[in-house]
Amino acid sequence: MHADAIKCVNLSRDFRSKGKTVHALKNVNLTVKKGELFGLLGPNGAGKTTLIKILTTLLLPTSGRAYVYGYDVEKEFRKIRPIINMVAGGETSGYGLLTVFENLWMFSQFYGIPNKTATERINSMLARLRIQELAKRKVRALSTGERQKVNIIRGFMTEPLIVFLDEPTLGLDVETARMIRKFVKEWIAENKERTVLLTTHYMMEADELCDRIAIIDRGKIIALDSPAELKKLVKSDVSINLEIKPAIKLDWLSRIDGIVGHTAAHQDGKVKLRLVAKDDAVVGEVVSGIYKENGKIVSLHKDEPTLEDVFLKLTGRGLE
Amino acid sequence: MNTVLLNLRAIRGRAYPRIVGLIREPSWIFWETVLPLLSISAFIYVYRSLNAPPMYEGFVVLGGVMTTYWLNVLWSMAAQLYWEKETANLQLYLAAPMSKMSILAGMAFGAIISTTLRATTILLLGIFVFHVKFVISSPLLLLLVFVVALLALYGMGMLFASLYLMWGREAWYLNNLFQEPVYFLSGQYFPVKALGTFLAAAASIIPLTLGLDAMRQILFPESIPWGFLNPWIELGILSVLTVIFLVAAKYALDRIEYLGKTKGTLTMRWQ
Repeated sequence: MHADAIKCVNLSRDFRSKGKTVHALKNVNLTVKKGELFGLLGPNGAGKTTLIKILTTLLLPTSGRAYVYGYDVEKEFRKIRPIINMVAGGETSGYGLLTVFENLWMFSQFYGIPNKTATERINSMLARLRIQELAKRKVRALSTGERQKVNIIRGFMTEPLIVFLDEPTLGLDVETARMIRKFVKEWIAENKERTVLLTTHYMMEADELCDRIAIIDRGKIIALDSPAELKKLVKSDVSINLEIKPAIKLDWLSRIDGIVGHTAAHQDGKVKLRLVAKDDAVVGEVVSGIYKENGKIVSLHKDEPTLEDVFLKLTGRGLE
Repeated sequence: MNTVLLNLRAIRGRAYPRIVGLIREPSWIFWETVLPLLSISAFIYVYRSLNAPPMYEGFVVLGGVMTTYWLNVLWSMAAQLYWEKETANLQLYLAAPMSKMSILAGMAFGAIISTTLRATTILLLGIFVFHVKFVISSPLLLLLVFVVALLALYGMGMLFASLYLMWGREAWYLNNLFQEPVYFLSGQYFPVKALGTFLAAAASIIPLTLGLDAMRQILFPESIPWGFLNPWIELGILSVLTVIFLVAAKYALDRIEYLGKTKGTLTMRWQ
C-alpha cells in the first residue's frame, strides 16, 4: 500500500524554444496524501500545467523524480494510467458528430468499462450534474458550460483513484463553476482513497475546495500549507481596496514604506487598486499620493486577507 | 482488468465514431462517390475513344474503388493523430490505459467499414453506368487478396499516422505529396507492368500496387499476360508487408510517444 498519492522529489522540467531554455519547473518537492484535495495556485505560466502533464505521464521530467501511488512516472507509467484521469478547462475533446452519451461511452471503452456499467455510470452522473436532457444532443451543439460538465463526467466516470483537474472552471459562468466545485467536493468525500490535484488561478476556488495549497510561481513552490495557515502569513497585514478615477499612474506606490504589494486593474477609465500593507498608517500617504496625481477616490474599504494577498506578499505581484 | 478485453473494447470505442459518422454526414454520398465517378468517367472515355479492350474500363472502375481506400488511408488515418492532437483527444488517448495500437486499429477498422460502403457504391455505379463486366475466376483468392491488401494498406496508414504526428503541421503537405504519385505508381488505371520491372518492383512497397495487380488478373483473366507477378505470390508479399507495416507502426508509435514526452510535443501547443 502506498501512503502518498503523489510525491515529487527535486522535480525539474526545462523546455527549449528558439535556442533559449525555459525552466518551467525548478526543483519541486511535493507530497500529496491519499484522500486530499490538493491545490496548486499560481498565475498563468507558473508551471502548474507542466506539473500535471508530468504526473499524468504525458511529459518526462528533465531531472528529479515523480511518483503517483508509488509508481515512477517515467518507468511505470503503464501502472499509473489505469488509476488516474484528468480534465482541463476549455477542453474540446471528443467528436462533435457524436452525442454526449456516445462520446462518454467511447471514452469509457478506453478504460475497458463493460457496456452496462458504463451506461449506468454515465446516466447517473448526467443526472448528478443535471444535464440528463443533453444525453442525446450532439457535442458540437453544447455551450461552454455544458461541455465542461460533460468533460467532468468523462474524467470521473472511470472511477480513478486520482483526478487531475487543470483549471476546471476556467471561463465558466458562476452557476456552472459552483456546481462543478460542489461535485468535486462531494466526490472526494465519498471515498477516503480518492485524491484530487487541482490547479487554479482563482484564489477563491482554491480557498473553498482545497485541504492544502501549494503556491507556485515561475516554476518554484514558494509556499505550501492549508488555506487557513497560508492566510496567517498576512494576518498582521491589512488589505485595502480602492477605486480611483481617472486611471492615474501608480509607480510611486513602490516608494512608500510599509506597502507589501499591490495589484491594479484598469477598467472603463478607472483603476481598481488592491494594497497589502503592514498597517493602516500607509493609507494617508496613499491618499495624498492619489490627489497629487489628480485622482479622485471613488471608494475605499478594508478587506479580510485572501490567498491572493498571500501571493502578493510572497511575490510582490498579483495572480492574474 | 483483462488486457485483451480492454483493447478489444478500445478498438470498438474508437471505431464507433467512424461508423456512425457515415450515417450522420450524408453529404459524403455526393462528395465521395459522385466526384470520383467523374474522374473514372474521364479515363473510361479516353479508353473508349482509343477502342481499347473493354477490360481497360474494368481496370478504371477497380482503380476507382481502390482509390477510395487510398484517400481514406491518407486523410483519415495518416493525418488523424495529428488532428487528434489539435483537438486535445490525443493526450486523453495517451493517458488512458489501453495500448495505443488499439486506437489506430479502431480507426482502421471503422475506416474500412465506412469506406467499403463508399467503395461499393462506386463499384455499383461503375457497373450500372458503364456496363463493366467482371469475371471472378477465383472468389477465394479474390477475397484473400482484397482483405490482405486492405490490411497492408491500413497497416501503412497506421505507420504514417505515427510519422505524421512527428512531422506535425507538414501532414497536410505530405498528403498532397503522396496522393498523386501513388495513383501513378500503383497503377490505379493501368497495368503496373507497363512501368517496367524495376519501377513496378519498387512500387510494390505500396500495397495497392500488388493488390490491384492481383485483383485485375482474377477479375479479368484476359489481362493475365499483363500481370506483374502470379496473384498467389502477390498475396504472399502483401502478407509480409502487412506484418512489416504493423510492427513498424507499433515501433514508431512507441518511439514517437517517448520523443513527444521528452520534447513536450504530444499535447496541444496552447496548453
